Amino acid sequence: MPRPRLAVFKFASCDGCQLSLLSLEDELAALADKIDIVFFLEASSRVEPGPYDIALVEGSITTADDAQRIRQVRRDAEFLVTIGACATAGGIQALRNWADCDEFLATVYASPQYIQTLATSTPIASHVAVDFELRGCPINKQQLLEVLQSLLAGRRPRTPVHSVCLECKRRGTVCVMVAQGTPCLGPITHDGCGALCPSFDRGCYGCFGPSQQPNAASLTAQLRLLHVDTRTTIRGLRGSFNGFSPEFRSEGDRLAAEQSGDQST
Amino acid sequence: MTQHDRESSPSMHETRLLDKQDFQKLVDLLWDQGYRVLGPTVSQAAIVFGEIRAIDDLPRGWTDEQSGGEYRLKRREDDAWFGFVVGPHSPKQHFFPSRVTVVAADRDGDAWRMRDVPDDEPPVALLGVRACDLAAIAVQDRTFMHARYSDPIYRRRREQALIIAVNCTQAASTCFCTSMNTGPRCSSGFDLALTELPDCFTVEVGSPQGAALAALLPTRPADPQALRQAEIARQHAVDDISKQLDTNDLRDLLLNNLEHPRWSEVATRCLSCTNCTMVCPTCFCSSVKEVSDLDVEHVERVREWDTCFNWDFSYLNGGVVRDQIRSRYRQWLTHKLASWVDQFGVSGCVGCGRCITWCPVGIDLTEEVAAIRETPV
Amino acid sequence: MSALASAAIADNPWLAASVRIADVVTEFAGVATYYLQFDEPARATSYGYAPGQFNMLYVPGVGEIAISISGGLASREGLAHTVRVAGNVTQSLARLGKGDSLALRGPYGSAWPLDETRDADIVLVAGGIGLAPLRAVVEARLDGPSPRASTTLLYGARSPDVLLYDREFAGWTGRGLHLQCTVDRPHRLWVGHVGAVPLLVDRLSGIAPANCALFLCGPEVMMRYSVRSALARGVRKEQIWVSLERNMQCAVGLCGHCQLGPAFVCQDGPVFRYDKIEPYLDVEDL
Repeated sequence: MPRPRLAVFKFASCDGCQLSLLSLEDELAALADKIDIVFFLEASSRVEPGPYDIALVEGSITTADDAQRIRQVRRDAEFLVTIGACATAGGIQALRNWADCDEFLATVYASPQYIQTLATSTPIASHVAVDFELRGCPINKQQLLEVLQSLLAGRRPRTPVHSVCLECKRRGTVCVMVAQGTPCLGPITHDGCGALCPSFDRGCYGCFGPSQQPNAASLTAQLRLLHVDTRTTIRGLRGSFNGFSPEFRSEGDRLAAEQSGDQST
Repeated sequence: MTQHDRESSPSMHETRLLDKQDFQKLVDLLWDQGYRVLGPTVSQAAIVFGEIRAIDDLPRGWTDEQSGGEYRLKRREDDAWFGFVVGPHSPKQHFFPSRVTVVAADRDGDAWRMRDVPDDEPPVALLGVRACDLAAIAVQDRTFMHARYSDPIYRRRREQALIIAVNCTQAASTCFCTSMNTGPRCSSGFDLALTELPDCFTVEVGSPQGAALAALLPTRPADPQALRQAEIARQHAVDDISKQLDTNDLRDLLLNNLEHPRWSEVATRCLSCTNCTMVCPTCFCSSVKEVSDLDVEHVERVREWDTCFNWDFSYLNGGVVRDQIRSRYRQWLTHKLASWVDQFGVSGCVGCGRCITWCPVGIDLTEEVAAIRETPV
Repeated sequence: MSALASAAIADNPWLAASVRIADVVTEFAGVATYYLQFDEPARATSYGYAPGQFNMLYVPGVGEIAISISGGLASREGLAHTVRVAGNVTQSLARLGKGDSLALRGPYGSAWPLDETRDADIVLVAGGIGLAPLRAVVEARLDGPSPRASTTLLYGARSPDVLLYDREFAGWTGRGLHLQCTVDRPHRLWVGHVGAVPLLVDRLSGIAPANCALFLCGPEVMMRYSVRSALARGVRKEQIWVSLERNMQCAVGLCGHCQLGPAFVCQDGPVFRYDKIEPYLDVEDL
């Protein structure tokens, strides 16, 4: 039986999620026996054209070229998996979606006329159909393995949809919000990190994006009771790696509108 | 092993005193007898179960202040060793571990063979268990040991465990054990029960194992004054309890109000984050996941704590039954306070108040019940 | 099997027994019946079930799924399990064939009250794949000597090509089953009824409401309206039994997933007498 052909594509991103594939050190050799990695520029100069059985897509769409390129990737891929916060939610670069991109260009670049960019950073799913989304900044390599393993076995990948809180409790980590008043996005954030930050006495930053049916408004009301400044809360929601995810974005926008006294949104 | 139905022998009913300076002997004795001693320790800005090797591991001079959504570790004015109530951890963590392999499967030629994976956790002595948690253990015993099927991991750990209870001498604002008839006095389910006095502990024996242990300790007969002091100390806890849950006809009240508007109201506040169920000492829901090697030759089935607050907990045929926070909160509360009675003959709530303290937004089940009671539909 | 091994199976509820697929019968696209035989002959002889109960089928590396027992004998042709491809486990099952190995534990749950209703006219009401747990009832009723009482099957499916077990219908009616089928979408050659199953309950004749029993299995909405029809005709709630489906993981009342009100569907069900579960059936999202 021929090995499934895997390709890894990069869009606007830091490469960290792709590296998760390489950091599967223990499993990589065994994996390479089962999967033919035919396109992975980060790791190899081997470049084979499609079609591909599995495409891992990292990064968000920030240029007109990329908006075209992702369409070709979709055409070439049987099963397209987005990996990481950039690909699934637009990434930290989605901060531009609330700002004036031309102003950024003028401020940062001496010759902004050479820069070709879109005014927004958008997730892959805004452009093409996505078969599975792997969350996280960066992704959890065990979850990546689960995805590859399940595709090899011909079944649909399953990753948990529960909150970070559940994982804190399974680990025995004491709630930093309740015991220390530390602002934490854990109650509305998808687990995947294994509840890492609270185990180091820090609040959750929402790296894995919103959990299933998050009640963001209740959490932000509680943060207010904890005397967290609303601007800080807005920054925590919109300025996170998953700030442009619909649930974090809408709550951040709601608070921002409330703050500016504009109740129309 | 804890003997619930205590045999009456004079020595078991005699309360004795153990001087604090001899307490280390108790800890040493437990370790010598092969127990891993788990008790209250200060860690992560809270009082949680941890290993106790020396009396200095205990939260001496610490206390806790609790209210809805808030827990604070505080210094006491005195040097009390057990001057606090329950923290986020409970004995559940040990008897019903949050993650454990329940069975394994190996490929053997063209066949699959299932294999038992024996639990090898050493026996524990739980030190400092409060009355509400003794009640919680008894509730979980009904689920995991006394129903038609029993859980071998729970049973083994439970039967091997030694329980040294400590009577509460204060209460948190979240405590309501008196409403649930579970405390604050430790009345059964322990091997030894202690009440802390300034220089000593009163020691009550609750089982033959406890009696055997007590016989090895340098205890002395309790004088009437010490007994009276202990009584006063325990009464403090009773007097300290301010929260109440009216349990009158509670089962029928909740099951007759499954469409009450309060469920929608609480759903606007509930995060469905699972914290209440995780800290609850009786919640027992779990899921089993497959963990295998890349070739799928060896598979372990790993059981993890799960909860009715998880969106996919009620997954069925491509959808979920409880697709709203409203229905998930309703499931939890009606199960805990109502249908638990049908299933196990007791309430699933022991009044420890953990779900109130550790709810990040401070939802208080006693308030939810009161609201429904006020305007039943 | 050694005493030690049977003790181990009794002690650890998760220990499933190795079974092999003795036969696979494709019912129609996406639905197949698997006949499973135990690897250990002693298990086959000691295994007994009552119609209505279910087994947990386990595909290692993928997971477990609750499937009702659709007849068959462990010691002969094997235990029949009719499976519709839906999630991961059923997809993996669909890739297995004759001779392949998996694991099974059971039987679990409550059964249809066959003894209690021996002398009653039984009306089986099934929708779609809901016929699966009733197949063993048909077999048991037609095998048993009960000339005074009739057995009727009212069966509905989406279309004539997704009627379960239709190759067995002629044999069943030949042995005395009164069978009425209905479909939502007929084709040109269809001579049966068209429309929803509850309509068949409305039109049913020759049954005395006082001496009958209804066994229902299928989509909950179908069961709800069928029960309504039966009640309207004077059947009492105590004469009606329904088989329910919930997410079952442990099947032994320890994991909490399958709760419906006070019931653990895995143990108190899947077969419930209607009056016992009625208060919880109509509550949305319970």
